[in-house]
Amino acid sequence: MRSADEIVEACEQLYDDLDFAQARAWKAAKPGRKVIGFMPVYVPREIIHAAGMLPLGVLGGGDSLEVIHGDAYYQSYICRIPRSTVELAISKRLDFVDGMLFPSICDVIRNLSGMWKMMLPDVYVRYFDVPQNYKDDIGGTYYIEELKELKAGLERLAGREITEDALNASIEVYNENRRAVKRVYDYRAGQPWKAPAWEVYLLMRAGMLLPVEEHTALIDEYLVACAEADRPMRDNCRIIMQGSFCEQPPLALIKSIELSGCYIVDDDYMLVNRWLLEDVPTDGDPIANLAEAFLKHSTETAAKYEPCGERKGKYLVDAVKDRGAEGVIFAAPSFCDPALLDRPMLANALSKASVPHISFKYAENSGQMQPIREQAGTFADTIKLWSEP
Amino acid sequence: MSAEMQDDVIKEPSMLKQKAMIADNYEQLTSAPETGRKVAATYVPGNLNELIMCFDMLNNLPEINAIQNGMRKKSGRMIQDAEKMGHSEDVCTYVKADIGNMAKGAIAPNGKPMPVPDLLLLSYTGCFTFMKWFELLRDEYGCKTAMLHVPYTGDGIITDNMRDYVVKQLKEEVIPAMEEVSGVKFDIDRLRENLKRSAEAEDDFVWVLQSAKSKPSPIDAYFGGVYYIGPIFTAFRGTQDAVDYYKILRGEIEARLANGQGPITPEGELKEERYRLVVEGPPNWTSFRDFWKMFHEEGAVVVASTYTKVGGVYDYDGFRHDPDRPLESLAEYCLGCYTNRNLPARVDMIESYMNDYQADGFLVNSIKSCNSFSAGQLMMMREIETRTGKPAAFIETDLVDPRYFSPANVKNRLESYFQMIEQKRKGGGPAKAA
Repeated sequence: MRSADEIVEACEQLYDDLDFAQARAWKAAKPGRKVIGFMPVYVPREIIHAAGMLPLGVLGGGDSLEVIHGDAYYQSYICRIPRSTVELAISKRLDFVDGMLFPSICDVIRNLSGMWKMMLPDVYVRYFDVPQNYKDDIGGTYYIEELKELKAGLERLAGREITEDALNASIEVYNENRRAVKRVYDYRAGQPWKAPAWEVYLLMRAGMLLPVEEHTALIDEYLVACAEADRPMRDNCRIIMQGSFCEQPPLALIKSIELSGCYIVDDDYMLVNRWLLEDVPTDGDPIANLAEAFLKHSTETAAKYEPCGERKGKYLVDAVKDRGAEGVIFAAPSFCDPALLDRPMLANALSKASVPHISFKYAENSGQMQPIREQAGTFADTIKLWSEP
Repeated sequence: MSAEMQDDVIKEPSMLKQKAMIADNYEQLTSAPETGRKVAATYVPGNLNELIMCFDMLNNLPEINAIQNGMRKKSGRMIQDAEKMGHSEDVCTYVKADIGNMAKGAIAPNGKPMPVPDLLLLSYTGCFTFMKWFELLRDEYGCKTAMLHVPYTGDGIITDNMRDYVVKQLKEEVIPAMEEVSGVKFDIDRLRENLKRSAEAEDDFVWVLQSAKSKPSPIDAYFGGVYYIGPIFTAFRGTQDAVDYYKILRGEIEARLANGQGPITPEGELKEERYRLVVEGPPNWTSFRDFWKMFHEEGAVVVASTYTKVGGVYDYDGFRHDPDRPLESLAEYCLGCYTNRNLPARVDMIESYMNDYQADGFLVNSIKSCNSFSAGQLMMMREIETRTGKPAAFIETDLVDPRYFSPANVKNRLESYFQMIEQKRKGGGPAKAA
């Protein structure tokens, strides 16, 4: 059995590999296999899985990719994830990807779907829209048809039908994965010194690259290893990271937050792993069940409309209570419309609930962590010194 | 698009009429607390003015208010106030100008306070920021909000599912909300009458836009165009005033065309048309006249622009509001707005403008605030160059944040670009982006 350090090291190797060797190997292992890339923030991976394909999370180039061509596609005031994603495509690092899904998250990712169509006309490209109306007979009806269109597109690409049985089986596989993800998040919230945030982050990133069954097993292996690891508890404060759901922070940033004296007890880094909050039924009409899960049991984030003004930000205040957090750090990518436009409303909700919060911005290739460490450290000290017990 | 036509502009009857229409609308808006008229705030793209009028409601468009404040040089302070309140320097300056204005009492261009809207009609069409903007306003006003989610046409087509979804929202969400707020029962025949007038005005509007195919062009379809789109994009589509305005405007342009005259600029008629351009992206509003001058003093005329399609595309594929299919037609209108079309469709549209309007070049005015327009423009530019062989150029400004308008940089770049067009005309080598 591997130790927690060995598991995390394996995850970090996956994270560092911008040539996606693991996914290439998966594809090459059997003739006819196909890989479908997707960007943040949510796609129904169950349908891809049921088509016998590998869903591959494409989350930009991180801090190690030198963006040479991608910058020629974007103005300076546009975030970094689209330019590094274009770089991945132009540098042929994604040349094994048979299709790309661009979820409804913001105008930049939305427009990137059209650019992808123009850059790679032979690749299956779909802008994956989701309803902002959550009523069954309005948004639900629309979403079911969108899911059917996605399914039909993947069937054409796969050259075979995606049966209801296959879909229900895939839903069960992803239910198991979501349960495992929930276990690790709950475990970390309970004993954050045992499961450091940067390790959990790498574990979640591995889920973007590995077949889901392997990822679930990996999480369970990690939890067992963590329980056995001897890791001392520190006098850190407990905070939630918020606003990093699309362009990802560099790993050094997550480490810096912890080094500055903050335990991260919740985050929104890899929302696709945690989008659906409850098990999706595995009998009946799987498309209708996926739609129902999205409408009624999905996470709240800036890319979704909140129909009830009084509820705006409530999910974050609730998370603070549920996780026993003492503060929130808003960490959004520069020029990220969803996160930055949402932030004042969330900050208001926190202030009304007397939850301390700070904010800063980053880019996926931010290199200088000292200011962030100082800001987070001061925040942690403030909480420790001045917050009421 | 604005009541800000300066006094030294040659004022034609159409300009005076539009100015009076806008002034009257602001007067009605600011007197709503006294008259009891209900106010719906909504956006230019996906503007459902014909429907709003069915409920005797007034239409208040926050982008237009931001533009008005931008042209009056007031938006800079408002934006900075909003940033002090915690709004990021990275996000849309229309939003921040609106929020900054609100914090100071939401003063309308007529100097009177704007009423709190009775309904936020969140027509989520072609711009992600819209959704957050009205969430922010709802936070402030606490008023009723009706969301109309207009799906993005990611494959460049309007599907039945998209249309049905929008129609269903209109029937089951938007119209009931308007009935509740206004106390007026929905009358579809009234909507049909409004839509009939819209289509009539749209015919004349399209004729005006297409007059720029002539050489010389009798209009400037960007700087002049923002005035021409005023009634059709704002609180007047579906009114008799809009029908009358476009008839008057068409008559004026017909006369200019017959006389071989060029467009009217703030400094008089443009006598020599030297460069015919297609422009992508919104204009800068804080230095609008200076910006325009950089073009007209070089003899550059914009013969087609994409910004004049942001509140509805009527010329390219012949869309008209249809009284026989009232709700379906409103849905198709929303779905077809320019920034709700995917990138390949936008490139195709621009290519057709380049060819149909015999343009010499393609210019992108890239707006810092507006990712909906801006993300992908560099690729569009290269694609248009490749397809048409005409030179393209790129400048950067902002909507209403004066900090992002650098006149010397913009002017230098434009002058280089015009030289490039000259060189290209003389067979001086392949086009290269400026």
